[in-house]
Amino acid sequence: MTDNVASHSSPDETPQRSLRAAALSNGEAVPWKDIPRLSIAGLRDTIASALSRGAHLSAFTAFPRGDAGLTLLAVLACPGEGLLELAASDLPAGATSYPSLTPDCPQAHLFERDLFERFGLRPEGHPWLEPVRFPPGGAPIGQVDFYRVEGEEVHEVAVGPVHAGVIEPGHFRFQCHGEKVFHLEISLGYQHRGVERALLGGPTKRTVHQIETVAGDSTIAHTTAYAQALEAFSGSAAPPRAQALRAVGLELERLANHVGCLGALAGDVAFLPTASYLGRLRGEFLNLTAAVCGNRFGRGLVRPGGVRFDVDAAAVAALREKLHAAGRDVKGALALLWDRPTAMARFEGTGRVSTEDARAAGLVGVAARACGLAIDARHDFPSGLFQFVQVPVSVYDSGDVFARAHVRALEVEQSLKFVDRELAALPGGSTLRPGGALAPSRLAVSLVEGFRGEVCHLALTDPSGAFAGYRIVDPSFHNWTGLALALRDQQISDFPLCNKSFDLSYCGFDL
Amino acid sequence: MILDALIHLAFVLALPPLLLGVIGKVKAFFAGRVGPPLVQPYRDLARLFRKSEVVSTTTTWVFRAGPVVMLATALVAAMLVPFGGRPAPLSFSGDLILFAYLFALARFFTVAAAMDTGSAFEGMGAAREATFAALAEPALFLAFLTLVRASGSLSLTGMLGHGLGRAWSSASASLVFVVVSLFVVLLVESSRVPFDDPATHLELTMIHEVMVLDHSGPMLGTIHYAAALKLLVLGALVARLVAPVSTGSLPLDWLVFAGSILAVAIVVGVVESVMARLRLLQIPLLLVGACLLSGFALVLFAR
Repeated sequence: MTDNVASHSSPDETPQRSLRAAALSNGEAVPWKDIPRLSIAGLRDTIASALSRGAHLSAFTAFPRGDAGLTLLAVLACPGEGLLELAASDLPAGATSYPSLTPDCPQAHLFERDLFERFGLRPEGHPWLEPVRFPPGGAPIGQVDFYRVEGEEVHEVAVGPVHAGVIEPGHFRFQCHGEKVFHLEISLGYQHRGVERALLGGPTKRTVHQIETVAGDSTIAHTTAYAQALEAFSGSAAPPRAQALRAVGLELERLANHVGCLGALAGDVAFLPTASYLGRLRGEFLNLTAAVCGNRFGRGLVRPGGVRFDVDAAAVAALREKLHAAGRDVKGALALLWDRPTAMARFEGTGRVSTEDARAAGLVGVAARACGLAIDARHDFPSGLFQFVQVPVSVYDSGDVFARAHVRALEVEQSLKFVDRELAALPGGSTLRPGGALAPSRLAVSLVEGFRGEVCHLALTDPSGAFAGYRIVDPSFHNWTGLALALRDQQISDFPLCNKSFDLSYCGFDL
Repeated sequence: MILDALIHLAFVLALPPLLLGVIGKVKAFFAGRVGPPLVQPYRDLARLFRKSEVVSTTTTWVFRAGPVVMLATALVAAMLVPFGGRPAPLSFSGDLILFAYLFALARFFTVAAAMDTGSAFEGMGAAREATFAALAEPALFLAFLTLVRASGSLSLTGMLGHGLGRAWSSASASLVFVVVSLFVVLLVESSRVPFDDPATHLELTMIHEVMVLDHSGPMLGTIHYAAALKLLVLGALVARLVAPVSTGSLPLDWLVFAGSILAVAIVVGVVESVMARLRLLQIPLLLVGACLLSGFALVLFAR
């Protein structure tokens, strides 16, 4: 495996980059010590320069160096170059603060709040330094100081954490003027299970099961990201047939969730037929996943080194037949929705996020593509089967609920084609090739485009090859900010619709 | 006469939940489902009346008065409105004013009961209800005025009596406007799509349902029954207007009424199935449209 550490410099690249950052491909591992250590100012410049070239911040976190202090690490995804840049900076032992990156790079705001919560590390100059999940002083989750708009006619509306529907817990605090929302603050943490802490010292037999429960509806995306990270450490690769089955599983996951989301969007505007049909069809796609691996959410399918289940020719034929039928029904139900002016009137112009805001806030996935940002990890940082088969990036630019629904519908169409084509052309061979021991003292970065967007796993091994650190960035972590932005100046009655159009995970955020 | 009153009473007591059941069946049909049985709303009511109540400690008697006043006003209104061509049990000159303001009284108490809980959701629902009601009221009154003009009678029974068939032949355009306008009033008053979504669980989007979030058990059952009764009463107005048949035979007249009120329920169900809900901001526009239609109907008569 090549470590592209500060090794190349071409004339069109900024001179700083080759000096300052390490670059690697998706699913690669680099020796931890080879990542160049920058000053805080250097880190800030590197991030700023990467963002100005169209990159986004996939992760910004810190790993402790024993008692010697923290090492800040930024992962910058540069879509045009297909490379992930790593920029690191060692903080001295006992350091409790550093100059915040957020004023220059708003994308970092939630990551810095996360650092503040984990390590008590204070980013000086952060505009809204609240813990992400746990209130200070051990107060119960959710009891935080919310941003308040002052004024006689301003009123506060508190929603959650217990909701009227069967959904995950989260608290939403609105500052309203009549029906109009001035500001929405989202307070999560109710689903915290300590997943990342539980992974330390692994991998053990338990690890893959823990990864599968990071966000239940994105099981395949998260497990694939984990498997890629482990394969990067052991220098092995999954057999082609396994890679194809992983991609098929990933797209089936996307199909089930997108179809379910579109149905729920129709339900939220009280358009019954599409809501009912798509509610049923979501189950069809879940059943296809179950037909492959015995679990509707794809648990047990992806394992480091490949997949645990194979399909024979008869099963493939049955899968494709069911896929065609379900695909036909989905298109029919969606046509009903698109042709209904009253439904479209609700979607169009609701919950608009501008392209600039989406870029500044670092949105990923469907939410970003609906704002005209053509980013898709399957296309920009292909791994597995996506290195050989391109999936078109579905983009729309109006940034409203309609755009998010439309992008989902386009992706449903692409995924239907993709799954059908790949099932027809499954490569032969084995499905599982166990890798060797994990290389010590390395950092692996693994990106997978789940149905919500970019799933990023960062794994760091210690000198014995066990996990010294593991960070998971679910797309929801980037995108909850997008929901808060979408609600500005909107009607509070449109919140459920906007919320569903983002379709974010609570447990993926809380971890 | 006595027989009419008894049948009237029986309809008032027994029919309202059936209308909800019919609407549910129609919606299920459009969604490709079997749907709950027609008698499900009766079972739901029975279930609610068997339950105990939870009453928030912050509330006062106003909170309890809400459901009681809702039911009482709906019952009195139901006595004023004629079902089909048969005369209403209660009828006097000017009863249409009482009819309209009985609903206003019920609304006042529902809103007050909602505010009494001190919940942000219920306050929002109350504000919405008050706003939309203020716009629905002129539509109702202008429609009534047109009917008064057409029939020369100031009571609901006279207005919707035997003369209606003649009015249709002489001023059909006006009456079409009145029917549409009253249908809009029916939808908004009984919290149906496109104004409200009775099936939603999303408290931020609700209007009527959010105001009664804190009511439970028999009180909630009372509210559901009163709301269904309101649907029957307003539906009876529309049903009579679209089926102005007076055969003079008692069983036949009641049969026509039963058929036409079920037809209204089916149309409500169809509207609910083929339409999405309006954005909250656009609801006033549609209500103003209904007022304008009623106004046009009146102008056509007065020309």
